[in-house]
Amino acid sequence: MKNSMELSFSSISANESFARVTIAAFVAQLDPTMDELTEIKTVVSEAVTNAIIHGYNNDQNQQIYMSCYIDDNKVELTIEDHGIGIENIDEAIQPLYTSKPELERSGMGFTIMDNFMDNVEIESVLGEGTKVSLIKYFNKSKSLCN
Amino acid sequence: MTYVEKGTKVQIRQRGGELVSLKVDWNIKENVLLVRISGELDHHEAEKFKNDWQNLLSKVDVQHVVLNLGDLSFMDSSGLGVILGRYKEIKQMDGEMIVCSISPAVKRLFELSGLFKIIRLEESETHALIRLGVAS
Repeated sequence: MKNSMELSFSSISANESFARVTIAAFVAQLDPTMDELTEIKTVVSEAVTNAIIHGYNNDQNQQIYMSCYIDDNKVELTIEDHGIGIENIDEAIQPLYTSKPELERSGMGFTIMDNFMDNVEIESVLGEGTKVSLIKYFNKSKSLCN
Repeated sequence: MTYVEKGTKVQIRQRGGELVSLKVDWNIKENVLLVRISGELDHHEAEKFKNDWQNLLSKVDVQHVVLNLGDLSFMDSSGLGVILGRYKEIKQMDGEMIVCSISPAVKRLFELSGLFKIIRLEESETHALIRLGVAS
């Protein structure tokens, strides 16, 4: 089965829950486990929060773009902003690293994405924005039983 | 917010008509602030939670904190950040923070971030309070 969706929404923090609930509803057709749902919701929350706080520096008048493609049990998710971009991606993905310690960020966003998804790719251009592409294979435990 | 008599409960469900997905129940037991949170703790909810917490701690005389996460249905790294921030403040006042009733999903985040190495975990609120010397 193939299916896809694309969505854009304002860069306001109330949309963090909107984005993760939307993804949960979209992937529901894969009959995910509770763990899989929690994982993809957490990852969406991390990426959208990054776009708001870091990409757009809390400017609420910007747009965040989310898309999701399902191909059988493979889910490809992208979350993109047209914000300031990441200067040093290697540094940004280090566990506990944060560029905004004054905001009580834990610095765990990319580490969580890496742990909860099967593949994470970050493309970023300074002054143009950041696109995070995430891949997750659902129902892995079920296919192991066959 | 309006408080605070020792032993009273204050619940915050709403602010300015906006839907709030995090509910916080503040209680004081002897020298312990007991904080029960339910719902979803993300970046959107974290700042209000932090402000309410700091506001309350400036008005009451408590030393330790028990944070009950039993009814928390969702948390992300913003939640880790706000908990770590409060832990540091409590530690500075020579207090202790104990987290209890944690779900497997939230526990995974704690483990990933290494927060268990510094924040003590107890299985229940009762255990946490006993640990801090509060008779329940």
